[in-house]
Amino acid sequence: MTAANVRQIVIDIISDIAPDEDVTGLDDSKSLREQLDLDSMDFLDIVMELRKRHKVEVPQEDYPKLATLESCVAYLSPKFA
Amino acid sequence: MDDTQRIVMTGIGLTAPNGNNLEEFRTNLLNCKSGVTHAEIRYMGKQVAGLCDFDEFKYQSKKLRRRGTRAGSISIYCANEAVKDSGLNWELVDKSMVGVFLGITEHGNVETENEIYEMHQNNLDWKLWSPHHNPRTVSNSPAGEVTLNLNITGPHYTLGSACAGGNVGIIQGVQQLLLGEVDLALAGGISESPQTFGIFAAFAAQGALAHHEDPTKASRPLDKNRNGIAISEGGCIYVLERLSDAKKRGAKIYAEIVGYAINSDATDFVNPNGERQVECMHKAIKRAGLKISDIDIVNMHATGTGTGDVNESKAVRDAFVSSDKTFVNFTKGHIGHCMGAAGSLELAGNLPSFEDGVVHPGMNVTELDPECEIKNLVFNEPKHIGKVNYILNNSFGMLGINSALIVKKYTV
Repeated sequence: MTAANVRQIVIDIISDIAPDEDVTGLDDSKSLREQLDLDSMDFLDIVMELRKRHKVEVPQEDYPKLATLESCVAYLSPKFA
Repeated sequence: MDDTQRIVMTGIGLTAPNGNNLEEFRTNLLNCKSGVTHAEIRYMGKQVAGLCDFDEFKYQSKKLRRRGTRAGSISIYCANEAVKDSGLNWELVDKSMVGVFLGITEHGNVETENEIYEMHQNNLDWKLWSPHHNPRTVSNSPAGEVTLNLNITGPHYTLGSACAGGNVGIIQGVQQLLLGEVDLALAGGISESPQTFGIFAAFAAQGALAHHEDPTKASRPLDKNRNGIAISEGGCIYVLERLSDAKKRGAKIYAEIVGYAINSDATDFVNPNGERQVECMHKAIKRAGLKISDIDIVNMHATGTGTGDVNESKAVRDAFVSSDKTFVNFTKGHIGHCMGAAGSLELAGNLPSFEDGVVHPGMNVTELDPECEIKNLVFNEPKHIGKVNYILNNSFGMLGINSALIVKKYTV
């Protein structure tokens, strides 16, 4: 799976759990929480949806690796390989 | 009585299967327009149900709707509509002295069923159980969602009181105002019951689930051929305040709450006890300082079950045997059984009688059950009775909880 595919998977999940947010034009290097109205429960939802939709598990100690779109892609890509 | 000890209704927000505000609801009650339809229920297929079509996003973001519950969504809609209707300048209201008191039949079934269903769809992977499950299913959840939405910092909780919930929520609001715990109460009842299959399945197991090829004819209280309850959702929340405060701000006053009672059958889990119902109505009339013949309209709980309707009909006959001028109606033929919302919604449907002198009819009676005959029963056609001063609203529930609420036309 390409990096672009993984990025889109994350964007799709965010769009579902935060449907009021505009996810176009996000800066991949900036914190998602700086750009979107997301709280800790939303990140739990992201983890949950990755598990439900793609059978990808994110252990609690790795949650900080979901901070930016860039770090999401870097962390998740090997799991989608 | 001192105006600080008199509690009045100054705002109404509601959603029913046949109306999303009082005007629409009342019009449809007078015209016998049903809001009951067919809905697809998990595992069971097509069933009769009363569903509301209010705009969930009028007062709530999509994200918070997703995070909360249908009961919370109904509560937020009704609370905002009630505040708007009351004419209060919400910015200036001391939110620490506002309380939210909502009667519920049950809460948490919907989310629990959904989570278990999802887990079964995913090879029993328990790690998919949502982190939102606990805040969604704690009993105070619907009332808590209202406080989050309206920035209310006074007390909030729900009152688990089965299908007496709508009356019980209002009574709690009155009591909190009289105790001085709050200056403003958002009080009433709500229901999300059609979202859970378990309630349908349990009523079906009891042989008490309404069915008819035409869903608008399924809920038939007092009809000889009634076959059970049409499960509905809905909500109705009132702004309650002391008369002294309402007068000070020149508020529109719908009614004054002058009497109420709650009691228990102590006889059975599901079968009602007519004697206790009579006691409950009489206790409310006594508290209001009224004579039985002072009551102009009685709204029956009348759910459409065989035993329940017969017992309550006898109770109403016995309670009002000495009055020739008390008229009786019921509401569930139009909207089904809105469970925790039933009491507060059904009361709202009768409040306009203070202005127009008309009793809305109960609907869907093709052949009145002889055991449900009641003096001055109004069904199928509205009846103009002239001046209406007092309405008594019955709401009863499982485990033998009975409630009666009496409201008076407010006159300066």
